[in-house]
Amino acid sequence: MHHSIEIERLSFSYPDGHPALKDVSLAIQPCEKVALVGPNGAGKSTLILHLNGILVGQGGVQVCGLRAEKENLGRLRAMVGLVFQSPDDQLFSPTVYDDVAFGPLYQGLPVGEVRSRVEEALHAVHMGDYARRVSHHLSTGEKKRIAIATVLSMKPEVLVLDEPTAGLDPRSRRSLINLLRELPLTMLVSTHDMLMVRELFPRMVIMDEGRIVADGPTQQLMDDASLLEAHGLEKP
Amino acid sequence: MHIHFLDPYRERSSPIHALDPRVKLVLTLAFILTAALTPVGAWPLFILLFAIILSVEIISELGVLYVLKRAALALPFVLAALPAIFTIPGDTLFSLPVGPWVLRASIPGLERFASIALKSWVSVQAGILLAASTPFPDLLLAMRALRIPRLLVTIFGLMWRYLFVLVDEALRLMRARAARSGLADQPGLKPGGSLVWRARVAGGMAGSLFLRAFERSDRIYMAMLARGYDGEVRSMPLPALRPWHALALVIVLSVLLLLLVMGFLFW
Repeated sequence: MHHSIEIERLSFSYPDGHPALKDVSLAIQPCEKVALVGPNGAGKSTLILHLNGILVGQGGVQVCGLRAEKENLGRLRAMVGLVFQSPDDQLFSPTVYDDVAFGPLYQGLPVGEVRSRVEEALHAVHMGDYARRVSHHLSTGEKKRIAIATVLSMKPEVLVLDEPTAGLDPRSRRSLINLLRELPLTMLVSTHDMLMVRELFPRMVIMDEGRIVADGPTQQLMDDASLLEAHGLEKP
Repeated sequence: MHIHFLDPYRERSSPIHALDPRVKLVLTLAFILTAALTPVGAWPLFILLFAIILSVEIISELGVLYVLKRAALALPFVLAALPAIFTIPGDTLFSLPVGPWVLRASIPGLERFASIALKSWVSVQAGILLAASTPFPDLLLAMRALRIPRLLVTIFGLMWRYLFVLVDEALRLMRARAARSGLADQPGLKPGGSLVWRARVAGGMAGSLFLRAFERSDRIYMAMLARGYDGEVRSMPLPALRPWHALALVIVLSVLLLLLVMGFLFW
């Protein structure tokens, strides 16, 4: 049995020379739900973009037993469902249906299967009636759910979300948290929402200045007030 | 992820960079005008113009190679002058049979073509030098000082400001598409979809980019209104020209004028 996500001594610098990740190692078991927290600019989003090979740094990244290398990119992108922070970036097709169908259609699946996958994915995020809607007119909370559906339709093994609750009203946030709890997938979620972290994620990883500075049980790390304060976080 | 490579400005500490942007803008325009008005076949003048632009390139510390490389981007436009070789009557240089027709290249035609190519080449270099040695906001100030309509200058400014935002947005859209372009676990399926489908997806992306740019322009306008914008752009008064900048302006303008007079007297 391989780890779902295995990162070994990963370092990455942006083309302008600014180092974004320094010697990051992280292993996540199948079906584990892990929160990734840390201040803005800590390297959370950069780390996430390595998981399906959009960025490639020095060091080892393995997802579901596949190395993040050029010849594996296709499979990798189907297995890692990456939901970007802004649903407006994620939803680039005219209708909800087109967007959810993008992944399966790109993979060349037969029409019947595409249809059933879209239905399943929309059903999973409780948005079954929205297939014909125009993404442009949806509310932020609805867009977030559709964005998750667009990756669920690829049947990924790992779900990676970048700040899923940012900008949501309390009700949309609550229903998103319930949705994340229901989904039986390996999850790595970058967030500033410490209340959600405590509620949903048994394990928490703290990043700051491109390094992982703490990795352990959420309850234990949350009790360490000086650790949280040192990295610009607050106990909920 | 941000775009910087679009900005042609290159920071150096050369006298060209230090020159007042108003002087640079006027001189660049005058140089391009001189190049455009120089008569066909006035080769010594072209050499002089080229020498001027080359020395400015060297003084500017940008590197001659850098400017020449960028200037190559304008080469395709020279092709527009290619028909001149065959349409100007004169002594035939060579003939090209094309189907039932015969194209006759004439010597005056070739001269015209070479002149146009040289003119556009030195003009493009002047433009590149201006853009690479002057930060865009300074260039906007210079345009304002030259009494270019303020509304137009404001439009240039807003375009410059939001071009980068728009390119960033387009890149994020493309990244989101790449993240979902995967391979199925069943063997034997051809990924990528049909050409028509891919074109439709790209069309959808372009459409949503347009919609968002449109909405953003509304938001920007409201933000401008909220801070008191009434359609009139006001700006700080510009400082007076320093003496040696003014001197440089007069000297270079006189040289360019002299070149033009020589051109009309001798060719």
